[in-house]
Amino acid sequence: MDYSKILSKKVQNIKPSGIRKFFDLLETRKGVISLTVGEPDFQTPWHIRAAGIKSLEKGHTHYTSNSGTPQLREAISDYLNRRFSLTYDPKTEVIVTVGGSEAIDLAMRALIEPGDEVIIPLPAFVCYAPICELCGGKPVFINTKEENRFKLTADELRSAITPQTKLLVLPYPNNPTGAVMTKDDLEAIASVLRDTNVMVLSDEIYAELTYGFEHTSIAAIDGMRERVILTSGFSKAYAMTGWRLGYVCAPCELTRHILKVHQYAIMCAPTTSQFAAIEAMVNGDSDVQMMRREYNRRRRYLVSGLQGIGIQCFEPQGAFYAYPNVSKYGLTSEEFCEKLLDEQNVAIVPGTAFGDCGEGFARISYAYSVEHISKALDRIETFVNDL
Amino acid sequence: MNEILTLLENNSRLSASDIARMLDKETGDIKKMIETYEENGVILGYKTIIDWDKTDKEYVSALIELKITPQQNRGYDHVAEMIYNYPEVESLYLMSGRFDLAVLIEGKTMREVAFFVAEKLATLEDVTSTSTHFVLRKYKDKGIVYGAVPVDERGNII
Repeated sequence: MDYSKILSKKVQNIKPSGIRKFFDLLETRKGVISLTVGEPDFQTPWHIRAAGIKSLEKGHTHYTSNSGTPQLREAISDYLNRRFSLTYDPKTEVIVTVGGSEAIDLAMRALIEPGDEVIIPLPAFVCYAPICELCGGKPVFINTKEENRFKLTADELRSAITPQTKLLVLPYPNNPTGAVMTKDDLEAIASVLRDTNVMVLSDEIYAELTYGFEHTSIAAIDGMRERVILTSGFSKAYAMTGWRLGYVCAPCELTRHILKVHQYAIMCAPTTSQFAAIEAMVNGDSDVQMMRREYNRRRRYLVSGLQGIGIQCFEPQGAFYAYPNVSKYGLTSEEFCEKLLDEQNVAIVPGTAFGDCGEGFARISYAYSVEHISKALDRIETFVNDL
Repeated sequence: MNEILTLLENNSRLSASDIARMLDKETGDIKKMIETYEENGVILGYKTIIDWDKTDKEYVSALIELKITPQQNRGYDHVAEMIYNYPEVESLYLMSGRFDLAVLIEGKTMREVAFFVAEKLATLEDVTSTSTHFVLRKYKDKGIVYGAVPVDERGNII
C-alpha cells in the first residue's frame, strides 16, 4: 500500500511536533531534573476527587446531555460571572468539552473555511496552526517581541489583518512566555477589531494563574462579547489535567453550530469528570488561591535565580512558565537545551518548540517544588559558567 | 508576616535567602523576622518527620486519656507540668469532652509504656483515671502521609 496516496494531504502536511525528538532523548536518560512539564504538580484537591468517586458510587455512569450537565453549565456560567464579569446563558451558551483542547478544536472547525486567514501570535501553545490547517485555513503568524513583554500589540494586529482574516487566536496568559494582556492592552486590541468582522478565539485556560493583578477576558471589553469565543477548562486552575474537562462559551448563534461538531465527534464530556468539576467550581476557590500563591513563590524564586545566574528573563505574570533569553551564549535554543541535558542532566524546552520566533529562548516550567527548581538552578549555573 | 511561618512550617529547611526570593523580600529582613519569631517563642523549634517503621528501631507509641480532678487552688497547668516534663511524653493536650488530658508517649516496648502509665501517670494526685490506646499504624502526621514516596507521573506534554 502506498499510504501517502491514501492519507489525507492535509494530515500528511502537518509537521510533527519538533519537540518530540527532544523528549525522546529525555526519556532515554536517568536522573534528569526536568523543568519541561506543562501541567500542575499538585494532585486534584481531594474534595474534588471525592465528588468524582461519589458520582461513580451513585451510579452516574451514563452520557450527559451533549452540552454537559445543567448543573455544571450553571456552575460555569456563575463562575465566569463572579470572576470575570461575563454573562453566558447556561442553557444555550456554554458547552462542556473534553479539555480546553477540544474547545479550541470546536471553535476553529466551526468558523474556518478553506482560504480563511487565522492570526496566531507566537510563541504559543502548539495546537492552533495544525487545527487551522486541517480546516483548510491559513495561519498568519505574528511574532510577539520580548521588548513588548510578548504582548500582542494593536499595531502588529492591524498590519496582519486582511480581507481574508476570519479569526484571531488570543492565547493569554501565554504558554510558553508567561505573558499577560491587561485590560488596557485588550482595549487596544478591541479598538482594532471593532471595525472588522474578525472573530476572537480567546484561550483563557490560564486565567486563574496571574500574579499581581486580575485577569480580564476580552469578552468583557465593551462591544466584544459578540465577537469572542471563549475557551477554558479545569486543568490548570484546579489541577485537573487528567480529567480532560473544559468548556467553550460564545453567543448562542455560534454555540448552536459549535454544538453540532461536538455532538458528532464526542457526544458528551466524561460524566465523572463533570461531577467532579461541579465541586471544583462551587467549592474550589480556596484551592485555586492556595495553588496560585504557591506558583507565585516559585515564579519569584525561579526568575530571581535565573537573573542571579546572569540569564536575562523578563518577568512573567501568568501561567507557570518563565521564558528566559539564552541567545547570548552563542548556541541555538535547541543546542543550548541539548547541551544542558547532556552536561548537567537538566531538561528545559527550547523556545523553537513554540514557533520559529522562539529562537534564542527556552521555556522553563515552575510547576515543580522549590527544592526541585533549586537543584536545577544550581546545575544551570554550573552549565552556563562553563560555556 | 504569617507567610514566612507557613513556609517554614511546611519546610523548615528553607533558608532565609530562599524565602526572601520566594516572597520578593530582602534576605536580611527575613533573617531578622525569623530571629524575632524565635526570640518571641512563635517559632519553638525545627524537627524532622521520620518514618521509623522503615528503620530497625523498636518502638511503640500510645495515646493515653487522663481524667483529672485538679486540686483546689491549682488548675490543670500544675498537673500538666508534672506530666510534660517526662521526656517520654511527646505531646500533651488539654481536651474538651469525656477526658481531660491527652498524652502521646513513646516507649521501647508496650511493657515500658504500660509501666510508665501505671507508675508515673496513674499515681499523680490529680489523676482519677487513665485509658491507654496503643498506636497500631501511623497514616499521616503533621500533614505528611506515611509510606508513599511521591513519583512524578506527568507525561512529557507541552
